Amino acid sequence: MDNFGRKWDQFVEIFIHQNGYQKVVEGLQNTVVIAVLGLVIGILIGILIAAVRVVPKYKVFPRILNAICSVYVGFFRGTPIVVQLLVFYYVMLPILGLHKTGVQVSIFVFGLNSGAYISEIMRGGILSVDGGQMEAGRAMGLSFTATMLKIVIPQAIKNILPTLGNEFIALIKETSVVSFVGAADLYVAFNYIGSNSYEFMVPYLVMAVIYIVIVMAISLGIKLMERSLRKSDRRN
Amino acid sequence: MIDVINLEKHFGDHKVLRGISLSVKKGDIVVVIGPSGSGKSTFLRCLNCMEDPTGGQIIFRDADIADPSVNINVHRQHMGMVFQHFNLFNNKTVVENIMLAPVYVKRKEMRKKKRKNFFLSLTNLFRKEEVKPYQITSKKRIREQARGQAMELLGRIGLEDKADVYPSTLSGGQKQRVAIVRSLAMNPDVILFDEPTSALDPEMVGEVLELMKSLAEEGMTMVIVTHEMGFAKEVANRVIFIDEGKILEEAPPEEFFGNPKNPRLKEFLAKVLV
Ligand SMILES: Nc1ncnc2c1ncn2[C@@H]1O[C@H](COP(=O)(O)OP(=O)(O)O)[C@@H](O)[C@H]1O
Ligand SMILES: [Mg+2]
Repeated sequence: MDNFGRKWDQFVEIFIHQNGYQKVVEGLQNTVVIAVLGLVIGILIGILIAAVRVVPKYKVFPRILNAICSVYVGFFRGTPIVVQLLVFYYVMLPILGLHKTGVQVSIFVFGLNSGAYISEIMRGGILSVDGGQMEAGRAMGLSFTATMLKIVIPQAIKNILPTLGNEFIALIKETSVVSFVGAADLYVAFNYIGSNSYEFMVPYLVMAVIYIVIVMAISLGIKLMERSLRKSDRRN
Repeated sequence: MIDVINLEKHFGDHKVLRGISLSVKKGDIVVVIGPSGSGKSTFLRCLNCMEDPTGGQIIFRDADIADPSVNINVHRQHMGMVFQHFNLFNNKTVVENIMLAPVYVKRKEMRKKKRKNFFLSLTNLFRKEEVKPYQITSKKRIREQARGQAMELLGRIGLEDKADVYPSTLSGGQKQRVAIVRSLAMNPDVILFDEPTSALDPEMVGEVLELMKSLAEEGMTMVIVTHEMGFAKEVANRVIFIDEGKILEEAPPEEFFGNPKNPRLKEFLAKVLV
């Protein structure tokens, strides 16, 4: 234990007196920003793809769109996220001649990636809405798109909110690989502290605790949200 | 009002409607009866193209709406539909359910007028005498008007106090009455009813039929699929019997129930009128 006490002191020394906390705050910020923006982009893409996939497919145009969406979902669900990050950062950017930071690329790739997963969740959500809702909207003269936007999708989102919360947790954890493209997240921050003290035990332990705290906070948020949804169902 | 000419509908090889012709005049109350699975719902759903007919014509407002190239949404705005399972929008309050379609249509019109005004302002540059632009209302006014109208409709069925609750708190009878006034909010030329009382507890059937009767007295045109023979006798001015996708008998109610000619109808009536 004496040993651990010394390691702890070393960690505190770097964390507080050598500005290690600044790195951690920055890393935490990047982790959260990538996960939150990734989720937002993912939800938008997910809704779009899910809507395409439930459109009736008598005509050619919806079929083509549907095929494109299948390929998209297949690619992002069929390859590891690290590979996607590397491909976008080291292959796509040079080809397109773009200069983007690791954080920007991470937001983009995590958005596309979670879009693929969320589209499947969303599709389930849309299919779980009673078909009579679409019928009633169409029978009144609303277009397919208008009925989708005003009636079906809001109900679908309500149904899948808890699942989306879990997707958010998964995103927070998965962002721990963004250092592959040079984005400074929590891992980079604690790795920095560890390298400066030649001592990794305490930094990585603290990092694990931070992840656990974030995930527990989100879980609590989901629980509260579920409870309030259930309450509004009863009141309804 | 609606002229159905030789309407056919098949699902794959299954021929559900085999040439139905019917003419519905303004103010008509046509009741459709027939055994389960005979194609009554399919017939009704073809009238507003919820099912696309596979043959024949449906003339409504001077257009053949069975033709897939017409904009069906516009025609549906003049044709209400009431479902067996009510289909109120679960994510909207009662009053929002009633306001939704009128607000949607009026906002669409407003956007169209705005576009036209924009082009007018351009072409006016080249005119000697300026053409006056269209009057534009605001989104807020459209909502206020629609809400006023919706509250009036709720007053008619005595449910003003339920305006701001969600449909899941209503009883079946209340839901169906809201669904009926929801279709009234568009001032339709005709309303289609598909077994509007079949999903209701017996004690709630009366309140829905009363409301439908009052619509009939006001001269609303209606096509009603129902098993309520008493209601058909009292309210209909024509009853048709559909079996195996064909109209086997069409007559005023006195004759239809008093002196049925088709043997299948006789058999059917003997079963249901015990
Ligand atoms: N979407 C559909 N696809 C395939 N068959 C259908 C469909 N809708 C109805 N049918 C068939 O058409 C026939 C008539 O159905 P329906 O019009 O609902 O009868 P009814 O309302 O008189 O009870 C039934 O045999 C039913 O199985
Ligand atoms: Mg039916």
